Amino acid sequence: MEVSKSTFFENYNVTGSDLEAYLGEALSRGGDYADLYFEYRITHSIVLEEQIVKSATKGVNIGVGVRVVSGEKTGYAYSDDLNREHIIKAARTAAFIASSSAQGGRIGIPNPIAQDRGLYSVPVVPANLEIAQKIRLLEEADQAARGYDPRIKQVQVSYIDETKHVLIATSDGRCSWDLQPLVRLNVMCIAEESGQRQSGYQGGGGRRALDVFTGELDPKELACESARQAILQLRAIDTPAGSMEVVLGPGWPGILLHEAIGHGLEADFNRKKTSAFSGLIGQKVGSELCTVVDDGTIPFRRGSLNMDDEGNPTHKTVLIEKGVLQGYLQDRLSSKLMNSPLTGNGRRQSYDHIPMPRMTNTFMMAGESAPEDIIKSVKKGLYAVHFGGGQVDITSGKFVFSASEAYLIEGGRITAPVKGATLIGDGPTVLRQVTAVGNDLKLDHGVGICGKDGQTIPVSVGLPTIKIREITVGGTEK
Amino acid sequence: MHELKQIAERVIKRANKSGASAADVMLREDDTFSVNVRMGEIETLKEAISRSLLLRVFVGKRTATSHTSDLSESLTDKLVDETVEMARLTSEDDSGGLPERSIFQSEFPDLNLLDPAWENLKPEQRINLALRTEAAALKADKAIVNSEGAAFEYARSRVTLANSLGFLGAYEGTVSTLVCVPVAQCKDGMQRDHWMSAARHCNHLESPEEVGKKAAERAARRLGARKIPTCQVPVVFDPLTARSLLSHIFEAVAGGSIYRRGSFLVDQIGQTVAAPGVTLVDDARLPAGLGSAPFDDEGVPTQMTPIIENGVLRNYLHSAYTARKLGSRPTGNGSRAGSGVVSIGPTNFYLKGGSQTPEEIIASVKAGLYVVELIGFGVNTVTGDYSRGAVGLWIENGKFVHPVQEVTIAGNLRGMLKNIEMIGSDVTFVGSIAAPTLKIGNMVISGA
Repeated sequence: MEVSKSTFFENYNVTGSDLEAYLGEALSRGGDYADLYFEYRITHSIVLEEQIVKSATKGVNIGVGVRVVSGEKTGYAYSDDLNREHIIKAARTAAFIASSSAQGGRIGIPNPIAQDRGLYSVPVVPANLEIAQKIRLLEEADQAARGYDPRIKQVQVSYIDETKHVLIATSDGRCSWDLQPLVRLNVMCIAEESGQRQSGYQGGGGRRALDVFTGELDPKELACESARQAILQLRAIDTPAGSMEVVLGPGWPGILLHEAIGHGLEADFNRKKTSAFSGLIGQKVGSELCTVVDDGTIPFRRGSLNMDDEGNPTHKTVLIEKGVLQGYLQDRLSSKLMNSPLTGNGRRQSYDHIPMPRMTNTFMMAGESAPEDIIKSVKKGLYAVHFGGGQVDITSGKFVFSASEAYLIEGGRITAPVKGATLIGDGPTVLRQVTAVGNDLKLDHGVGICGKDGQTIPVSVGLPTIKIREITVGGTEK
Repeated sequence: MHELKQIAERVIKRANKSGASAADVMLREDDTFSVNVRMGEIETLKEAISRSLLLRVFVGKRTATSHTSDLSESLTDKLVDETVEMARLTSEDDSGGLPERSIFQSEFPDLNLLDPAWENLKPEQRINLALRTEAAALKADKAIVNSEGAAFEYARSRVTLANSLGFLGAYEGTVSTLVCVPVAQCKDGMQRDHWMSAARHCNHLESPEEVGKKAAERAARRLGARKIPTCQVPVVFDPLTARSLLSHIFEAVAGGSIYRRGSFLVDQIGQTVAAPGVTLVDDARLPAGLGSAPFDDEGVPTQMTPIIENGVLRNYLHSAYTARKLGSRPTGNGSRAGSGVVSIGPTNFYLKGGSQTPEEIIASVKAGLYVVELIGFGVNTVTGDYSRGAVGLWIENGKFVHPVQEVTIAGNLRGMLKNIEMIGSDVTFVGSIAAPTLKIGNMVISGA
């Protein structure tokens, strides 16, 4: 990393003794633990539509969140002003949660450590100089989408990048900082033919600098993929309704794991025993073909982090091994209360939010089947390759995810494309229905946004081609 | 408020000095308090004052926007200059620019958005509201054995808007929310549901006991839910799920979706798009309404806009930009949620209540599904195709017989709107979009 010191020390004159004073104030009424989360986030976004740049936006957000933990209770306050009085006031507000007498004792803050594990490529050129370059990329994508087919009538290309400086200091004497980049480019197309309109959508990105779009993720390819989907949907037929055999394509359909498995294994719901997975550790929840992991340490991936938002290193955590449930995704609070090791999954949207257990990059390990053979083995079913999004009811375990590109499989062959449809299933049992796992594991292109309790964070998902014996498909064709 | 006005005026001056031909700026200041309790104990307590600045500048027909939480003079000055610089790099857009000068007003009616009484509630009393709510849920039904908790949230927001045409306006409002999420359990498994109440005024909020009890009833009645065979039947949406249908209609009548031709309601003004009896409005002037405001995020005075009158589509919703694009007038729906770029937002967007009680509607169904929760994103506003996961209660001969889960309901919003057979009298506001109980003649339920 180019930067040798955290920007908060360098440009905002925060000192080690300030951090000690803030943490001291936070624990002035008692409490087991306190931490400070400093954030300085710069975002740039550009939208190109109707072949012109419709908007260019810059955002500068700065603030600090103060957390005090006392048993199971959390007090939280934040300030978007880094002046000493404001932070002290926030610390005092957060301290309100604790009511025992002060613990006393001095809190020692070591020199901050840069958490650099080489998981990102950080932009070195100031973002302002890149605007013209970004606009060129968007224009290339726009032209590619329009050139794909004359029936493409509308193209919207949007680009967003974020550079987030984070400094975390804790009352147990840790102090670390990180510089987290994130970029994303999306292409939305509308195709129109004889009064009928359909849309297509494709995007990509990661924890990279702009160069990702001149390297492995070509905006022109993303654009053609978006256009292809919109055109394909013009001839889509009604989706059948009812339970049927379903083959999921590789990559983004991994959203199945995120919804069906991942959320239900977040430790907070299990600590409170409100998850359909509560108490199922060590039990078989899937076929032997299924091994599912959450791995926050894959270089350049959208869900990857050098450290989580509580300053702990991210991990590769096995959630399900050969069908057997292994463990939960932990943040600090749940890990303490459940007496279980940290997994580096404490994440938050920003300084104005309390961290909680969240996923990073969640995927299923590859199996041995050839994807062609999996499709050949299906007499009648659905092949779903692209999805809009998903949601889960953690308590009942029921989850949905919505296919935006799917086909009928008839006699082992992929036939007609069908309209978008929602697939619904049961988290703790769906993996038992997995009867084949392909050798073609792919991670998504880097567009995932996960929402929980009003907080959104970037995540990634992945899947090899898999076959599910039976799942309910919400079509209109009886 | 005074300080926000000063900052707003300073920013506009700076933008002019920096070479902007026009600019507007919105400043928000929010005092927020929230408490979450669970199983009788405080789980989280959060309090803060936050500020944000949303700036838009024009250099001729080019534009750029910026936003920040740091309102210091040094940073905002620099950001204003950078924003003007950025605008020079964007494209000329003939429809761009501030709203026309003649549209702005300086006098606004009092919409009764502020209740100072909230300030008298001490933190202990606020915490107690949440504790009472959860306690009411836990004792309402034996099946309620666990809880995701209850929460009380309060926010006091001040909005100031200024532009280079001389408009300077401000308003202030309060809103509080009480929500409860109990968990019911039986031998088959667990179910959770929620109920909430939101209001600008203390005495409009449902009592903690009411919120807790309703939440508990909603969770308990889901116990033992099962899948049903695939079928085609009438579907009744409760006010909360009907509200989600309205949010899709909102997307489809937003000016941005119309000029992009990304809506199933494009080119249909004056046409019958819904069943007779369906009347839908966007009314920003509803006194004490959760979505009410005197002017929108561009300073345009708000209004009551009829969207659908007796089944006939009357208007789309516009910002200054979409109005110019489509040769229409701004409707006061310019919204700067998030990034500062103006898009279209609802004010109080609701379907007007009918004459039937929800009980009468349920009693009219021979065999069908009463939907209490919808999950997933299976709605395509471009085509109107609709397919979502549903939880509900199966109705036979006008009575609930058992709960249902792990099914989807599917149709097309065009057909669904025309197929609204009954409209309840129970419009329920928990946000800026609201609806009563609705019965739709026929949808495909996909299950076993």
